[in-house]
Amino acid sequence: MSDTATSEHSEPDTAAEHHDTEHAHPSDWAYVKIAVVLAVITALEVFTYFESVVDWGVALVPSLIFMMIVKFYLVATWFMHLRFDSKLFGRMFTAGLTLAVGVYLVTLTVFEFWV
Amino acid sequence: MSAEPLVADHAHDVSDHGHDPHATTTGLSHTKLAMWVFLGSECLLFGGLISTYLLYKTRGNGRTLPTDVFDIPFTSVSSFVLLMSSLTMVLALSAVSRGEDEAGRTWLLATALLGGIFVGGQVYEFTSFVREGVAFTTNPASSAFFTLTGFHGVHVSLGIVMLMSLFVASVKGKLTQRNAETVEIVGLYWHFVDIVWIFIFTVIYLIPAD
Amino acid sequence: MAITEKTPLELGPGDTARYAERPLGVFTRPQEGRGWRDWLSTVDHKRIGILYGASAMFFFLVGGVEALLIRLQLAAPEGSVLGADVYNQVYTMHGVTMVFLFIMPLAAAFANYFIPLQIGARDVAFPRLNALSYWIWLSGAIFLNTSWIVGGGGADCGWFCYSTNSGVAFSPSHGVDFYAIGLQILGIASLVSSVNLIVTCLNMRAPGMTLMRMPVLTWMLLITQFLLLFALPVITVALFLLMFDRLFDAQFFNPDAGADPLLWQHLFWIFGHPEVYIIILPAFGVVSEIIPTFSRKPLFGYEFMVFSGIAIGFMGWGVWAHHMFVSGMGPISVAAFSLSTMFIAVPTGVKVLNWLATMWGGKLRFTVAMKFAVATVAMFTIGGLSGVTHSVAPADTQQTDTYYIVAHFHYVIFGGGVLGLFAGLYFWWPKVWGHFLNERLGNWNFWIMLVGFNLTFGPMHILGLQGMSRRIDTYARGYGFEFWNMAATVGSLLIAVSVLIFMWNVVKSKRDAPHLPPPGPDPWDARSLEWSIPSPVPTHNFDTVPQVHGRDEWWHSKYAENDEGQVVRVATTEEAAQTGEATGVHLPSPSFWPLAVAVGLPLIGYGLIFNLWLALVGALLTIASLYSWAMEPVDDPDAAHDHHEEHHEAGDAEPDDEGDQP
Repeated sequence: MSDTATSEHSEPDTAAEHHDTEHAHPSDWAYVKIAVVLAVITALEVFTYFESVVDWGVALVPSLIFMMIVKFYLVATWFMHLRFDSKLFGRMFTAGLTLAVGVYLVTLTVFEFWV
Repeated sequence: MSAEPLVADHAHDVSDHGHDPHATTTGLSHTKLAMWVFLGSECLLFGGLISTYLLYKTRGNGRTLPTDVFDIPFTSVSSFVLLMSSLTMVLALSAVSRGEDEAGRTWLLATALLGGIFVGGQVYEFTSFVREGVAFTTNPASSAFFTLTGFHGVHVSLGIVMLMSLFVASVKGKLTQRNAETVEIVGLYWHFVDIVWIFIFTVIYLIPAD
Repeated sequence: MAITEKTPLELGPGDTARYAERPLGVFTRPQEGRGWRDWLSTVDHKRIGILYGASAMFFFLVGGVEALLIRLQLAAPEGSVLGADVYNQVYTMHGVTMVFLFIMPLAAAFANYFIPLQIGARDVAFPRLNALSYWIWLSGAIFLNTSWIVGGGGADCGWFCYSTNSGVAFSPSHGVDFYAIGLQILGIASLVSSVNLIVTCLNMRAPGMTLMRMPVLTWMLLITQFLLLFALPVITVALFLLMFDRLFDAQFFNPDAGADPLLWQHLFWIFGHPEVYIIILPAFGVVSEIIPTFSRKPLFGYEFMVFSGIAIGFMGWGVWAHHMFVSGMGPISVAAFSLSTMFIAVPTGVKVLNWLATMWGGKLRFTVAMKFAVATVAMFTIGGLSGVTHSVAPADTQQTDTYYIVAHFHYVIFGGGVLGLFAGLYFWWPKVWGHFLNERLGNWNFWIMLVGFNLTFGPMHILGLQGMSRRIDTYARGYGFEFWNMAATVGSLLIAVSVLIFMWNVVKSKRDAPHLPPPGPDPWDARSLEWSIPSPVPTHNFDTVPQVHGRDEWWHSKYAENDEGQVVRVATTEEAAQTGEATGVHLPSPSFWPLAVAVGLPLIGYGLIFNLWLALVGALLTIASLYSWAMEPVDDPDAAHDHHEEHHEAGDAEPDDEGDQP
């Protein structure tokens, strides 16, 4: 909700920004590089599954979550062009994403999921 | 699709103040904005299904849990395939918006193919789970697992249908540089389905269930 | 792709209002005209708004009859009008009908009709999707109600349909199946419409119409659309799980298998509490337009009004578990949700204060619309105050599942929502139909409804505190329930009388209209852009797209301050208003495909319940219609602007992905 409000103030900028950056999409080579990074992270993730190689201990879950967020972020910002496009798009998406994370984390907490 | 060609076609004004009737208030395309708004909504849909699975993942009712039969190496391969389909998708958009229709078609087809491999892998996974005693009605955990991943699979399948439609349109010469935005919209959907799987792969498959 | 349609709403050369026929698929491309078939293919936001409104009023009568049956059953102890089983179905369907088939679509009628007019647009962003929303909504509404005939009765689990009551074991008829699938269909309709209207609000404003110049009605409706956008997927998940449980033996809500029935309650109320604001915010918007107009003052604290609306919308996501204080979710959760619930009263209180401050010192004119608006504020305040008593968890523990709750939410939903929307009906009737509703009959309607409403729901506070449970089909003598139940039943009959007076008013006003002077563009001396164009609104809305210079644009084109700082009239309505005489405005072409898509969905629903082959037929129909839709150009290519053709056909060549929402 708050996004709709804030978009008001930045609205002229977003429009201008959009036109400035519209043709500044990255080259195919940049996309390939991002994909390589994604592939490496995925390899690392899968690597954690084979516990006999390295013992991750308590760091396992935080590392997995961190790698997930990095992948998520890279796809959203590069492949979905959020870093090049108008901020309004990102705001619409993050509004839903934040709300989803918020209400469902609270729900799981009420169920004492973490205990 | 994109506002530009229409603007070029209609230079005349309706308003007394010289405002272009086709320009949107924000300067952004209706369709792209609509797709992003829709994806925001989809977050809550998948969030609900993921939370349901997390809540139920250890509730086996004394029978086999999905986590007991996970084949992580297999799922890793299909996850990787889906991840790479995002690359081919963005390359398709890049090619179409440069006017390279031939390359665009190739990448569209590659994306659909990778998506097809992923769905095929999911079908294989489901059947082998059922063979190992984890069916849809086995326990709350299995119901939640099949609903979540099945729902995602349906999304991927719809994406494949859209990609093939784009491919056919391109073959007919109806998909060109000027409506590259259509590819971008389908791409947004496709990437979204991919990031949902990034989430599912980590949270459902990789994080050990105690 | 279907959602990629654009609306080239420009003035073109020559008259293109009627298009040549062109065979396309199985249908001939429809032309815009006045016959009934044109209503089936219309993509005009105003006609769709009218369709929403008329259908909503029909279901208001259906839900009203169900309400009367409930009250007749409870009028006296040991009532025998309905059996216990039928009673369960009637109160369930009463709730579902009033929420999903009356208030939400009536608010959608206002949203469809007035958002484009208030922001100075000629239509919504996606006119065909707009038609799709309506037809899907109607198909879902009809589907839901056919459970009376083919489903072995209505759903009988209460409108929130708690698990495990909703399971096959406790509800063996198909009623709950119809509930689960019907609400999913209705959800698709609202989701499509929310995406459409959000894009419209953000992207189709007239030049100069910044967000902070938008009328408050449009603002509240925009917030409502965001709530729908984010709340509907949550209930979709819940309904999906319920459907799988009932039809395909899934284990989501089976406690014997270790499932947790509370999951349903959480999912339902994560949707359900924003839903409360989905119901009330449009009425807040209506009231915020009417009170300034009839106080001859600008709305007091516009920014506060907007931001409190946003705050309500936002905080509405953090209070859902106050519906579940007695579910045993633990003291920390209860305390947290209790606190957040108390806080949400603050922005609501801000609104009430602003309305009062708007009226303060104003030159008040108590038309029927104004009376309804003021009554909305008063009745909603009562409902809000009893709501605050629920936020106190220990008190709520006493009140849960009693008639006190029933009293509370009817004061909010009827006293706030319904009275507010009736205010809107009286206010905008001349704009939509070109004649006033009769004020004398309107006064009867208002006073009888107000008295009847208070007589029905006021006593329920007392009954609840006396300990009368909600949802019981009857009660024994000697608990002291007799008098107030009879009072409530009399009150409900008064409400019925007032609704009949309203219907008579509709008929009589239309009949009398030719003998009365027409209302003209701006009968109330109002403030926002819809009053700057003729009544009824011409098909193309605006002859020229207005240039907006500030809030209350239309008011400022009529009035200005003179040298002494006094507000004086600078232009008559006739001078300032548009004539509506422009010709050759290019509007989006009508289409039958939205209707065809919508017909497929209930078939899928019946198929899931009775025979999967039927579901296949429905799915094929929907998919084929989506493809045909996608292949159909947004604008008829044989119309004067045929250079659209290549562009649109090429662009629209794949199916609509809205279809993947279950």
